[in-house]
Amino acid sequence: MIKLRTLPTIALLALAMLICSLAPRPATAQGAAADPFAAALERLAGGDFGQIVEGINALAALGDARAVPILRALGDNALAKRQSDQRLAILRDDGPIDAATGTRLEPADRAAYAPIGINNRVRVALRGALGRLVLFSPDDAERLAAAQGVYRSRAAENLPLIERAYAAERNPRIKAQLELALAATRLMSPDAATRRAGVDTLGASSSAEARALLVETRAAANSDAELVAAVDRALASLDFRLQIASAAQTFFQGLSLGSVLLLAAIGLAITFGVMGVINMAHGEMVMIGAYATYLVQEAIRAWAPGLADVSILIAIPAAFLSAGAFGFVLERGLIRHLYGRPLETLLMTFGLGMIVQQAVRLAFGAQNREVSSPTWMQGTIALPGGIAITQNRLWIIVFGLAVLLATVAVIRFTRFGLNMRAVTQNRPIAATMGIPTGRVDAMTFAFGSGIAGMAGVALSQIDNVSPNLGTGYIIDSFMVVVFGGVGNLAGTLVGAFILGIVNKVLEPYAGAVLGKIFVLVAIILFIQRRPRGLFALRGRFVES
Amino acid sequence: MTTPAAPAAEPVLYLDGVTVTFDGFRALNELSIVVEPGELRTIIGPNGAGKTTMMDVITGKTKPDRGTVRFKQHDLTRLDEVRIANLGIGRKFQKPTVFDHLTVVENLELALKGERRPLIVLFARLDADERARIDEVLTLVGLTARARAPAGLLSHGQRQWLEIGMLLMQDPELLLIDEPVAGMTDHETHETAELLRRIAGERSVVVVEHDMEFVRALARRVTVLHEGRVLAEGPIDHVQNDPRVIEVYLGR
Amino acid sequence: MGGPITAALAGGRAGGRAGRSLWLIWAIALAAVPLLNKLPADSPFYLSDFVVSVTGKWICYAILALSIDLIWGYCGILSLGHGAFFALGGYAIGMHLMRMIGSRGVFGHPVLPDFMVFLNWPALPWYWHGFEYFVFAAFMALAVPGTLALVFGWLAFRSRITGVYFSIITQAMTYALMLAFFRNDMGFGGNNGFTGFKDLLGIPLQTPEMRSALYVASLLALMLSFLLCRFIVSSKLGRVLVAIRDAESRVRFLGYSVTAYKLFVFTLSAVLAGLAGALYVPQVGIINPGEFSPANSIEAVIWVAVGGRGTLSGAILGALAVNGAKSWLTTVAPDLWLFVLGGLFVAVTVVLPNGLIGLLRRRKRDEGNGQ
Repeated sequence: MIKLRTLPTIALLALAMLICSLAPRPATAQGAAADPFAAALERLAGGDFGQIVEGINALAALGDARAVPILRALGDNALAKRQSDQRLAILRDDGPIDAATGTRLEPADRAAYAPIGINNRVRVALRGALGRLVLFSPDDAERLAAAQGVYRSRAAENLPLIERAYAAERNPRIKAQLELALAATRLMSPDAATRRAGVDTLGASSSAEARALLVETRAAANSDAELVAAVDRALASLDFRLQIASAAQTFFQGLSLGSVLLLAAIGLAITFGVMGVINMAHGEMVMIGAYATYLVQEAIRAWAPGLADVSILIAIPAAFLSAGAFGFVLERGLIRHLYGRPLETLLMTFGLGMIVQQAVRLAFGAQNREVSSPTWMQGTIALPGGIAITQNRLWIIVFGLAVLLATVAVIRFTRFGLNMRAVTQNRPIAATMGIPTGRVDAMTFAFGSGIAGMAGVALSQIDNVSPNLGTGYIIDSFMVVVFGGVGNLAGTLVGAFILGIVNKVLEPYAGAVLGKIFVLVAIILFIQRRPRGLFALRGRFVES
Repeated sequence: MTTPAAPAAEPVLYLDGVTVTFDGFRALNELSIVVEPGELRTIIGPNGAGKTTMMDVITGKTKPDRGTVRFKQHDLTRLDEVRIANLGIGRKFQKPTVFDHLTVVENLELALKGERRPLIVLFARLDADERARIDEVLTLVGLTARARAPAGLLSHGQRQWLEIGMLLMQDPELLLIDEPVAGMTDHETHETAELLRRIAGERSVVVVEHDMEFVRALARRVTVLHEGRVLAEGPIDHVQNDPRVIEVYLGR
Repeated sequence: MGGPITAALAGGRAGGRAGRSLWLIWAIALAAVPLLNKLPADSPFYLSDFVVSVTGKWICYAILALSIDLIWGYCGILSLGHGAFFALGGYAIGMHLMRMIGSRGVFGHPVLPDFMVFLNWPALPWYWHGFEYFVFAAFMALAVPGTLALVFGWLAFRSRITGVYFSIITQAMTYALMLAFFRNDMGFGGNNGFTGFKDLLGIPLQTPEMRSALYVASLLALMLSFLLCRFIVSSKLGRVLVAIRDAESRVRFLGYSVTAYKLFVFTLSAVLAGLAGALYVPQVGIINPGEFSPANSIEAVIWVAVGGRGTLSGAILGALAVNGAKSWLTTVAPDLWLFVLGGLFVAVTVVLPNGLIGLLRRRKRDEGNGQ
């Protein structure tokens, strides 16, 4: 019954009316003669360019998604009239189809069809029309692109169309974009009230583009005092929201940096904070973890490519174990001979770090090794208010907190944690109670080192895996532990996040380097007031 | 007309209402103690009674949350360790702390009362009087034979004495002595009690001690601390028979 | 090159008698190198200009080692930021040398150093004024590190930051300075630092006479530093320093202001480090922010540890020995050097806490017992 609509003659239309009235479809109730879609299509076949442009505009104004393939075909010179009855056809590689219904047309021979020619005027009309029509496409991505398109083009004549699309839109993200487009287009309207409505809507948004539009409007509206006032109000409210958005963004970046510091510092909080061993090779433990991640990735690429997406999950225990094993050997072999001599421990571990770095450099080369992120960690999440969050950074925050919680749980709730606390609090008594203090020391150090290894897994996602990966983090992590208060995991958490956020807050004003210098100086000054950190333990036992 | 107070009436050390808390734990709780000039006072008390914290407060290592701490007219809560030491308060630690890498004489030399500013110390040379003073103290603490030995090579008892000797070199008006006979033989303990009795009189001495034999040997006024406050005070026999003291020491 | 000096020094001091023989060694070292440099090039005893400048460089390192030993060996303060004082001294002299280039730079600007012309700076920043006078620059080479140490030390010692905490914040200090000096807008040449020096006090740096003069000046500076340090450590103040190292709070209860003593010795040590840096830069002809790198500072600490901390000759011996080994190994087997250096850190802390001097003394004692 639909094909009847395309019939050009009155008689056929009458017949169509008859058939349509018989059919149960509600859409057919309109009747062919009143069907503006059919009428618009007729104009496309009309012959001169003026008529074609009118037809295009009419189709665009209808906002009917069915017009999209037809207009595209027109643009591709694939729209044609059947010589025999002037019926519109789309010439596809596999044969002609009916433009209105999509059904196959006979004959298949192209010679039976006369292509509809277009000129530049038609092309311009086509581009605009398609932009507007895609607003109704069933595909989300297409609609979003169209919404952005009409937002940029800002043609007043689009207004009714955008209004319709806005009313129909269900996807919140596209709807928000459409709202912006609507506002931006309203600014172009000759009607003052409509313009003001547009200004208000823009003022309620939070994008830098909207701000630019408002500024532009204000410059153009010099005569209209009322509009200027409205724009100023809108700008103020927009700026406030932009500031909040940028603050939120900075905050997130700070959290992200903080969680990296946290990961690097938790291990230190154990080895330095709990055991009092100052391990300058801590950065190398992190580096070992990162290389373990790299090796796991390479192994999976070689033997089990299907597991590529979980390679990082396999790397976590691998990194923990390899760095932990190294820590165990280090403690048993060297560090335990230096207990009670912290400065010597510092120097010894620094030298050891040098050796490990050089060994890795010789084994893997000095160049950066690439560890790719699994697909589920890629991409960004857009939050309302124009805040974009990269997924891998988000995962690192989650991972950092998870590692911290796991560490706390191990210390609080396991036998090993109990032994560890006993030994660090009172070694002789722990020994008399049958706790193997030497082994607990080794396990504690291995535990702290293993956590550093897990930090390496996280760092491999955001930094270059190279032999001196850890060097860049070691001073910062020590600052975190000192700032937060030695021997205190809560202090480490707060210290890491504060340092991360302060770093990021300072960056826009001072640049990354000066920001870092400020933070270092601030910590040195902070230690003045609270020599034992943010969460200092007090009491007569502290100094011994 | 009021009678002017006798000079002896001004105490050397005056603690009143001193409270110190560490993370909610009250190490000292409204502690009040008065020490007269020339007095030899012994302080006893179970572990955690606040003896060492009291020493820390007097020497400026720990600042009290509230309370008065006076040495003669000086408010000690406002001064740091160095100032307090220079006012004339000497302290011997529980664990003997001497300078292991310096000889006995050098240890005493550093303790010698005198100028403490770096640039003057840089050019300081011992004069005859000072040498005599060092010799005197060496004899007093019985270390003349070991004068040139590094302090690190001394026996435990000798280290205790060396530290007491260093206190004497400081020529303080008040000596605070924390467990002087811990780890000493009976003979050494006896000698130490003798030494302390000799020192007291010219100076005030406050001794913290666990060893009841030693406390009895000192035979002076005893203060019992418990949970950061004074539980009992008086002559040793009186205190030993105080039922509260017995309860604290024997458990309840 | 460094061999005879090293061995002789070690022998002289290890005996524990700083007698006439020691003075003889100083005199020989002072005169021999420049004189041998004057010999004809085909003589077997001829020392090349290169050797003279390398030896001069090591002597500067020895001064730096001495300055570290003074605070670490005697007062127990482990500074991991002494390279910063060294570098600041070097930068001060570097500024003078840059000013002395004058219009001979690439851009030929009469006043501005090349990097400022390159950055389109219109005029000399205020803090560059005065550096055209050698005396002023030499003064600043000592005063700037000294002042920094005074301020930093005051902040740190006042709040009783000791032990590893102090080590860590000194490391953070040199790290922060390194980051700062990497910045172009600091006005110290950024990444590239200063180089392309022409002459000092009107004499071109490349001439053998100048090289010999710098060598002699460095050795004299080392000698004077050594004597100064020896005077200090053998004075009563030196004993207070050792006492602070052994039992800091005891010293405080004896009435000594530990803060004042530490500040005194830390500042003096920084001045010595600055002196070393000032003598170093004209001999190597370059100074850049890399000198501030924390690794440099900690490496200097290990010279002292290798030689034997707490003995002044040990510091000198360690600086010469480690740098001699470095020069040799980095040409023979460059990949191995870091293993050796790292191994030195481990060996010296775990098996040889008293360093080479300790080893020599023990041997001497054992021989004595054997006879």
